[in-house]
Parts: sequence; structure tokens; C-alpha cells
Amino acid sequence: MNRPPGEPAARVELCRERDLAAARLAVSKLLDAMGARALRKTRFVTAVSEIARNALDHGGGGTLEVWQLARPARIRVLCRDAGPGIADLELALTDGFSTARSMGKGLGGARRLVDEFRIESRPGGGTTVEMVSKL
Amino acid sequence: MTAAQMSEVQTILAEEFEAVLEAWFATQKREGVRRPDLFSDAESRRQLSELLRAFAAALQQADLSTAVDIEAEAWSDLRLALSEVTLVRTERGVAPWEMTAFVLALKQPVASLLQERLSDDTGRLLQEVSDFGRVVDAFAMHINEHFIAERDEIIDRQRAEMMELSTPVVQLWERVLTIPLIGTLDSMRAQEVMENLLNAIVEHQAEVVIVDITGVRVVDTQVAQHLLRTAAAVRLMGAEAIISGISPKIAQTMVELGVDVGEVTTRPTIRAALAEAFRRVGFSIARIEDTRV
Repeated sequence: MNRPPGEPAARVELCRERDLAAARLAVSKLLDAMGARALRKTRFVTAVSEIARNALDHGGGGTLEVWQLARPARIRVLCRDAGPGIADLELALTDGFSTARSMGKGLGGARRLVDEFRIESRPGGGTTVEMVSKL
Repeated sequence: MTAAQMSEVQTILAEEFEAVLEAWFATQKREGVRRPDLFSDAESRRQLSELLRAFAAALQQADLSTAVDIEAEAWSDLRLALSEVTLVRTERGVAPWEMTAFVLALKQPVASLLQERLSDDTGRLLQEVSDFGRVVDAFAMHINEHFIAERDEIIDRQRAEMMELSTPVVQLWERVLTIPLIGTLDSMRAQEVMENLLNAIVEHQAEVVIVDITGVRVVDTQVAQHLLRTAAAVRLMGAEAIISGISPKIAQTMVELGVDVGEVTTRPTIRAALAEAFRRVGFSIARIEDTRV
């Protein structure tokens, strides 16, 4: 996945559960600064919460970066982990599928909450999720 | 460094104590870290003088041939003086960087005095300036660590306090409880909420429990799962849970996520939840008839 030019507006290392709150806060702050609509903000921050938690719980931790995109104004998030990766992406995106004892709706749900959703993963090679949303 | 071969810095501090003090003071003034708004000249001078005296005393005992270990015994009086001054200054609102600059301001005046005195011995001049620099740097770092340690302590204390404050179970009426949730509902808090709530149900013989999430900003699948599990546990205890405070934004987001609340009763506001709770325990709210007419 290509990194957009320039430095991200924010970067959060995801090492423990409280970092998820930091990730949500960073995205939330940027959306406020960009003047996003309240519903858009709730949806995007919720999606970020899902993928950041996946990176932490299944990927053993990761990094989340946030970019501000121009023309048209959008927000972009890149979340990477160096975990075991996902063997079957289609299956992982299916509602109700879970390797942990969770709802199994996080990944598919996150995809439904954003405008663009890309995921790259290979067994042993970690997982990268990219999400973009309009304001 | 033994007492026998006194360093030039030591000689300077012994012979020109007042001059160093004034120069230090002047550098702080120039760099804007003196803070005349917080401390009078006399007070500032007294702080500097105490520090400098402790510094001179420590130099007599310290061994500068190795790395400067500010935690060593030789520096204990200086550490004490330093933490006293740091405490006084930070209590009045001096920032950490200002406190560091405050100490670093000692470097330049001593360096220029060394230059005057050792102008014919460049080797020794360099050695002394570098030794002295190391000591002052170690000092500044010590102050920084001090600040960080203090701040960490405050943060830890606040976190613990917040944990305790964050899950109060309140009795609203006979057999009606509420637990207002605020902020983040991570696994640890969810566990606490569950325990506090279930214990309170037994204690108050509650039949209805209102779990209010007005103050929860994000309901992702994990938070939803915690809430639904809590509701299920409440039901096993023979009570009913009502989840209130689901905003339109959160409702739409939950639908997109595919969260199904199933049998759990939900209400948009705590007011609507309270009306429902009263109905279930057999009370109703009525307006008092106006008897004044």
C-alpha cells in the first residue's frame, strides 16, 4: 500500500489497550480540526477502533498513522501490524467469523463504516489496513 | 579529582563565588528564565547561592575522571538543594524546560572565567570546560528525570482515582439502580462494571438496572459485546437491564457494524429508561394536583 507523500498528521503506537483510546482520540481530534460531520466522525472513529483493536489483539501490536488528504478533503488511516497475518481474507471479512471469542463483526463492520477499505495480509507477513473517509 | 590537585573550577568557586553567582544570575536574566514575575531578586539570589554552595562542596568530593553519577553519595547535598529549588519553582508555575535552562545558564559564566585564567594552557582549559560541562549536563538531566518521575506519579494516582470513580452504581428508587458509564469501556473497566453492578443487584434487591452510555463516545463491537454480556449477566441475576443514552449517531453506527442487541431493552435517554423502570416495578410518576386555587 502506497504511503501518501509527507508526514502523517498523527502516529500512534499500539502496544496495550489504553493505546486504542489514544488512537481514537488522535483520529477524533483531526476530524474535528478538519470540520467533519458528527455522524461521519462517529462512524470513522468506530472503524478505527475496530482495526486498531485487531492489530493489538491478533497482530500483537502495531502502528496507526493518520493523514489528512486534500481535494476532496478526506481522512486516511493506515494500520499495520507484524502479526501472523490472515490466511483467508474473505472469510475474515465475513460477519460472524472469529478466531477469538468475539462477535466477529469488527473487520466487516469497519469496511461498511468507511468510504474506501483495503486490506493486505499474508500468513506470517503481518496485516495492513487502509481506510479513507470523506468528511 | 583529589583535594591535592584542585581543579581550576574549584578555585574559581572558592575565590570568585560572588562573581560566578552574579554572572549566573545575569545569564538567567538574559535568557528570560529568571522569572522576576514569580521571584524577587533577593529570593532568586538566595536560591542560586544555596545551589552554588552545594555544587562547590560536591565538587570537592566528586571524581570527575569517570562518568558523572549524580546519584552518588558525593552529590547528595546538591541533589537535596536541587530538589528544594525545583519544588519551590515548579509550585509557582515554572516549566520544566525553564528549570533546565536555569541550571544550564551556569555553564557560560564559568567557562569564560576558566578562559581568562587558563588562557596559556589550552589543554587544561579544554579539559576543565568539558568536565564542568559534563557535571552541569548531568545536573540538568537529573532535573528532567525528577520532573518525569513526579509527573508519572501524578498520572498513576489520577488513573487509579479515575478507575475508582468511574463505575459508581447509584440507587434511583427501590429496586431500581443505574450505572452511568463515561469515557472508554475497555476490558478492564467492563469487568469492573459487571462486578460492581452484580454485587449492587444483590445488595439492593434490584429488579431493574439502567446502564446509561450517554458519556460513552464510541461503541465498537467489543464495547457492544461487553454491554450485551453485562445485560445477560443481569438477567441471570433475575433483574432486567435497560441500556439508555444511545444517540442517533451511535445507533446508526451499530447497525452498520451489524450489532444486534437482541432481547435487551434500550431507550434513547435516561429519562425514558427511568419511566420504563418505574412501570416495571409498579410505580408511576404523576403531577401533584394543584390545591392552591
